[in-house]
Amino acid sequence: MKKLLLIVAVLLTSNVFANSGGAHLEPAQTNIRSKASLQNGAKYFMNYCSGCHSLQYQRYNRMAKDLGLTKDEVKENLIFTDSKFPEHMTNTMDNAQVQEREWFHKAFPKDLTLIAKARGVDWLYNYLKGFYKDSSRPIGWNNTIFKGASMPNALWELQGIQEAKFEEHEDEHGIVTHTFKGFKKVTEGSMSEEEFDETVRDIVNFLDYTAEPARLIRMGMAPWVLFFLVIFTMLAYLLKKNYFKDVH
Amino acid sequence: MTDKVNESRRNLLIATSAVGAIGVGFAAVPFIKSWMPSERAKAAGGLVKANVSKLESGQKLQVKWRGQPIFIVKRDKVLLDTLPELDGRLKDPKSEDSIQPEFAKNLHRSQKEELLVMVGICTHLGCSPKVYPEIVPQAFDADWKGGFFCPCHGSTFDISGRVFKGSPAGTNMVIPPYVYVDENNLIIGTDKLEGGA
Amino acid sequence: MASNEVKTTGLLGWFDKRLPVTSMWNDHMAKYYAPKNFNFWYFFGSLALLVLVNQLLTGVWLTMHYKPDAAQAFGLVEYIMRDVPWGWLIRYLHTTGASAFFVVVYLHMFRGLMYGSYKKPRELIWTFGMIIYVALMAEAFMGYVLPWGNMSFWGAKVITQLFGTIPYIGDTLLEGIRGDYNISDATLNRFFALHVVAVPIVLLILVFLHIAALHSVGSNNPDGIEIKKNKDENGIPKDGIPFHPYYSVKDIFGIGMFLIIFLGIVFLKPDMGGLFLEHDNFNIANPGSTPEHIKPVWYFTPFFAILKVVPNPFGGMIVMFSAIIALFLLPWVDRSEVKSIRYRLMPFKLALTAFVTSFVVLGYLGMVSWGAGEKLLAQVLTGVYFLYFVFLFVYTKNEKHKPIPERLTH
Repeated sequence: MKKLLLIVAVLLTSNVFANSGGAHLEPAQTNIRSKASLQNGAKYFMNYCSGCHSLQYQRYNRMAKDLGLTKDEVKENLIFTDSKFPEHMTNTMDNAQVQEREWFHKAFPKDLTLIAKARGVDWLYNYLKGFYKDSSRPIGWNNTIFKGASMPNALWELQGIQEAKFEEHEDEHGIVTHTFKGFKKVTEGSMSEEEFDETVRDIVNFLDYTAEPARLIRMGMAPWVLFFLVIFTMLAYLLKKNYFKDVH
Repeated sequence: MTDKVNESRRNLLIATSAVGAIGVGFAAVPFIKSWMPSERAKAAGGLVKANVSKLESGQKLQVKWRGQPIFIVKRDKVLLDTLPELDGRLKDPKSEDSIQPEFAKNLHRSQKEELLVMVGICTHLGCSPKVYPEIVPQAFDADWKGGFFCPCHGSTFDISGRVFKGSPAGTNMVIPPYVYVDENNLIIGTDKLEGGA
Repeated sequence: MASNEVKTTGLLGWFDKRLPVTSMWNDHMAKYYAPKNFNFWYFFGSLALLVLVNQLLTGVWLTMHYKPDAAQAFGLVEYIMRDVPWGWLIRYLHTTGASAFFVVVYLHMFRGLMYGSYKKPRELIWTFGMIIYVALMAEAFMGYVLPWGNMSFWGAKVITQLFGTIPYIGDTLLEGIRGDYNISDATLNRFFALHVVAVPIVLLILVFLHIAALHSVGSNNPDGIEIKKNKDENGIPKDGIPFHPYYSVKDIFGIGMFLIIFLGIVFLKPDMGGLFLEHDNFNIANPGSTPEHIKPVWYFTPFFAILKVVPNPFGGMIVMFSAIIALFLLPWVDRSEVKSIRYRLMPFKLALTAFVTSFVVLGYLGMVSWGAGEKLLAQVLTGVYFLYFVFLFVYTKNEKHKPIPERLTH
């Protein structure tokens, strides 16, 4: 029985089965409880991402409630379309247009409501920080986490432009591999490195929220539910003990 | 071992049962509440706009709000003049027992006299009545002054939606909250005009 | 059975004349005598029943908001998670309940292996239990397709593909199962019907038969001794205690313990880091994009690993189904006169440990991608899994054992 509990405990506290995607990822260290971080993330998401990426399952009014924003604040600062307050956070990006004008290499920008669940927050954090200039790519950008991504660096004004340094290895079979050896900043952005990291962290935190808004509720309820159950189980144990006094 | 009255056992039984019952009560809440309208239903049942610029006297415009038909009926002076004479024939002439916003608790049951905005549902069993705006004798009422007739069980209402005596329906038809944006546009679902929605 | 004092007056009396309420209560609760030495391992039967009720209740509630339509299903799950009041909790109870069901059932089965609960006269109980287990796997598999995520799609595709490997009839069978040339709206629609109506009815009937058979022969216990052999002058087993109130009260404590863990997961970590709700299933089903690593949910992975061990898919399927069929045969494979592990010697204990270890490690191997090492290990462990049955059959012909006491030890 102790072994069982131990296994359960290990599973509860670990992310053994998380989708790490192989590469070493710097932890995102997001904090879903920080309203300030979520609000800032929402601001940057709406300004830099929402033009292309929708949040088709997230409603503005739910976001306002959960992030502690008023209806007017959301309407003035965060709704850029003619969407109404109770509606989903979609945009007007049109697939026909994307195909016709060959935007993003014809890849339609993915809906991002659930991306944090599909990819994990660490992956997103490293991905958003991993863009570098690569003239060999049609869009002029590449990414260390997602090779050949068809998305340009939407945050380059903030981050600046960086190049990636690779080390070339050739093994005995003549197969050349490139090992990533860090970035070199070419153009400064409007933010310092720390500020940019913090901003990316907030955006990822916001996406982590949109992937499961109910998480805020359930995490808040968990201690009460468990406290109640412990009381109940203790009483049930005493009752059981009492009855089994009869059994010899 | 069976008949021994054991006080601590009884106390424990009561305590465990009580806490257990509270737990079952808590557990029932999500299941019951999940039957309430969802956010989708609330968003869809929010506000409805209507443009009444093309509406002529006796005509009805129908829009949908919360899945229910909303009748918007324009009335000319002839129709409105029938209203004060009908009190004796009505169940609730002053709309004391009927549902309407405060602004519509009057003779014409509307904000602007000539325009009636009303939930097009009979207060009897929920059929949708038809409008008969002409002041001519009808099969169901030889002394018809214009109004609404429900084909299901024959309830009759005047042109303000007030129910006639002898109808199975008990109260006047329901007036929803609404507000004028300008001369010809109104929003149904709220009685306050706020920044757009 | 012993249902002597039947009331003839009052409301209960009215019922008793028309339906044997009192005698049913006595036969199955108040005068159903169970061995007095049930331990930790005897919680899991009643817990399985609790999880079954949870699945039925939350399942019915989920169908109130879900539609088995390939164009809508994925979005409707998110609708339940966000827009339906408390929908997130009802869905998490159902998804976590699915995993909890298998945890509880696996432990329940392990108890049977340890204490010889499948042995005579309980062969039918074990057989019904095994059919429940198979029905449960079908139920879980089809339920997993309903959210219409990408792993739902590809999992369904790979598993149904197995039937396509059957010679001669495979292709026709495959199209018959899918109702289309690929997993599609038609497949989703029929899986919904089976998941929500057909299999649950079968499960309920089987659970009824499982318990009816149990109450007919009586419960085994950690000593593996029949308590009905030692009865007092009233015909009551000396080592028995009435199920109610003793075990009903004890099971309530077990339920409390279980709920702390279960609801702890539901409220704190319902996706279990990708183990209960997989990352790839947060992408909508896409026939054009295969997930990097297709794997079933954890409770299928031991069999999935056995399937992968054999290079030929049809052969793999045969071996995988054999692994399940072998469990069905256990009551006749084990020919020993002792039931409980307590009175069996080291060879049995080692064999059972090896068997359980092989199952658990195969479960792990079924989740990860394989190199040469993993493949070899999976082959060896598949061998161990099947060897257990061979060993048991041979070893139990003339098994030496410790002396078995007359009465229960306490």
